[in-house]
Amino acid sequence: MKLELGYVFIKDIQFAEQSKVENGTLYVNKEEVKALILEDQNFKSADVELARPGESIRIMPVKDVIEPRVKVDGPGGIFPGMVSKVETVGSGRTNVLKGAAVVTTGKIVGFQEGIIDMTGTGAEYTPFSKLNNLVVVCEPVDGLKQHEHEKALRFAGYKVAMYLGQLAKSLTPDEVHTYETPNLVEGLKLYPELPRVAYVLMLQSQGLMHDTYVYGVDAKQTLTTMLYPTEIMDGAIVSGNCVSACDKNTTYHHLNNPVIHDLFEEHGKTLNFVGVIITNENVYLADKERSSNWSAKLAELLGVDGVIISQEGFGNPDTDLIMNCKKIEAKGIKTVIITDEYAGRDGSSQSLADADASADAVVTGGNANEVIELPPMDKIIGYAEVADIIAGGFDGSLHADGSITAELQVITGATNEMGFNKLSAR
Amino acid sequence: MLKVVHYINQFFANIGGEEMAHVPAELREGVVGPGLAFQQAFGGEAEIVATIVCGDSYFNENLEKAKTEIIEMVKKQNPDLFIAGPAFNAGRYGVACGTIAQAVKEELGIPVLTGMYVENPGADMFKNSLYIVSTKNSAAGMKDAVKKMAPLALKLANKENIGASAEEGYMPNGVRKNFFDQERGSKRAVNMLLNKLSGKEYVTEFPMPDFDRVAPNPAVKDVRKATIALVTSGGIVPKGNPDHIESSSASKYGKYDIEGVMDLTEETFATAHGGYDPVYANIDPDRVLPVDVLRDLEKEGKIGKLHRYFYTTVGNGTAVKNAKGFAEKFAQELKADGVDAVILTST
Repeated sequence: MKLELGYVFIKDIQFAEQSKVENGTLYVNKEEVKALILEDQNFKSADVELARPGESIRIMPVKDVIEPRVKVDGPGGIFPGMVSKVETVGSGRTNVLKGAAVVTTGKIVGFQEGIIDMTGTGAEYTPFSKLNNLVVVCEPVDGLKQHEHEKALRFAGYKVAMYLGQLAKSLTPDEVHTYETPNLVEGLKLYPELPRVAYVLMLQSQGLMHDTYVYGVDAKQTLTTMLYPTEIMDGAIVSGNCVSACDKNTTYHHLNNPVIHDLFEEHGKTLNFVGVIITNENVYLADKERSSNWSAKLAELLGVDGVIISQEGFGNPDTDLIMNCKKIEAKGIKTVIITDEYAGRDGSSQSLADADASADAVVTGGNANEVIELPPMDKIIGYAEVADIIAGGFDGSLHADGSITAELQVITGATNEMGFNKLSAR
Repeated sequence: MLKVVHYINQFFANIGGEEMAHVPAELREGVVGPGLAFQQAFGGEAEIVATIVCGDSYFNENLEKAKTEIIEMVKKQNPDLFIAGPAFNAGRYGVACGTIAQAVKEELGIPVLTGMYVENPGADMFKNSLYIVSTKNSAAGMKDAVKKMAPLALKLANKENIGASAEEGYMPNGVRKNFFDQERGSKRAVNMLLNKLSGKEYVTEFPMPDFDRVAPNPAVKDVRKATIALVTSGGIVPKGNPDHIESSSASKYGKYDIEGVMDLTEETFATAHGGYDPVYANIDPDRVLPVDVLRDLEKEGKIGKLHRYFYTTVGNGTAVKNAKGFAEKFAQELKADGVDAVILTST
């Protein structure tokens, strides 16, 4: 399967009469976007705001971040099974507004959403401070249940991202990158001497709004299975998560999965990237056993020499991570796992909830409990007062001058377990 | 200018080898031996005002005396920093460096630094309490050792923030610290996997901890006579959470009297836990802390009795170290109260 990604670089975002992309600037008609959001009767009001790199803006609470993409050529549309028809995606050409994102916000569960600072200390920790963001702020109708609010906001994000993506449909991209995965037989013939590597992508599926969707299916109802890496670039996997902000995989992370990109980078040179095994992180022991058994079984069936395993979330999913690692290693397949740590504010506690001697190659995204100081910002998009109750905040996190003292946990994407960032710990 | 006192053994002071290891501690003004390299590396920011030379045998065989003498010497110099070694792979020298650095740190409260080879026995003994720079295994690595030790020494003397071990060059000390690496995590993972696949050396960023696996106690001899206590990390507390146990990352536990309580109800108890949907636990808190069932068993004579107090905390994102601390405290109480067995429930 072969996909071309056409990057249209976005260096600025502005409101304008007409939505369009011109000379690297994304122009957005505010009213059209608002009308699009308000098509959903679950919202009583909607607003959109802009947040550019370096601006003194704090966005909170953040639910999801989505990159605008559009299918130019090839079957299906972005977010198959969710918004587009459930066609198999991942081939042809997709254009991307590289440097832009849609950020959805809202007080859904209160303590399970995060912060994006566009400047200062917080900005160093989140990749989204480097993007030209269109921030969606909408209020649910009274009495809307939390899970309904989550769903409505999730779809509002997709719709706005697809609306923006459409603007790139007929543009000539600044750069085109080609990603191709041959079938197993061809792959073997092409690179007989290279080690065969698969990627085991763990999806948050603990339930109660800790959910991920694959082609529209709730991941907790899936069996461990396989995807072509390029399917993920077309939005086959989306986030429906309200979990701790620092290590949740937003839809942006899925679309730009760094493990996939870095494995493609080496594909045909030092390794043969065979494909992606997706597996869930359910809460029941039988599910954990089944899913990790299947990860190991599929890795074996593919005849791979090594895998990279990435995680989402912490605590309970640590057990899934270790089960996957242990069982795959037991098949004689080498593993590297990517996780993050909860070593306490002073860094002296045990970092993971589970461990095994076979997990001898670990990449860490950092200690999420480390305390950081966020300076006050000129503008807050959303609600600053949730600082005291979001995961990683505590009584007194928010100071009178608007500055915040909190655990790194509060920053969206800060300790990402796909290895999206340079942050690490020792 | 920052003042530094440097500690070295008889060998590095050019007095002699093993045959001279008995020489007692002496103080010399200014730099001696490897101190010169440090002095140069400090680039005018710090000065070695004195060097203490002590034979390895003398130090280790007259431990308390040697420590007292050396501390006195250091104290008189009133330095901003104390450096010991580096000791490379010299075992007794390494232990001496660690021991004296630890003593200076504790008794004089000034920053200390030492360096040695990772397999030096002094490393294991002191790496969690001191900054020990990892050096090569012989004095041929002096230049490299000074290059790593001098900048860290200046930071310590200036009381600057000390970064992660990987950045500063000290041995991992069990305290995890964040830093920005050169490559993103996914790239580091790919490189690590390629090394692992080709049999090359790779270094994990997080060595797996030795889990504190607790061997089960022998079975209770006669459960019909046993006093049983309930302990939970599911956050069940008297309604209103009187001790304000945090909903996440708990810093405390509660101990509550259930004398005469036959059943936990929605009106009297609730969960303080913020990590799970609390609806079902709040409707019937016995689902998490089964008081009702234990009262039945008590009545039926199947257990001796239910202990008068239950202990509770919130397991959500609570550091293992905190949890261990709680249990160490209340386990003593449970023992003193004659409790024979505990039912521990989680969520």
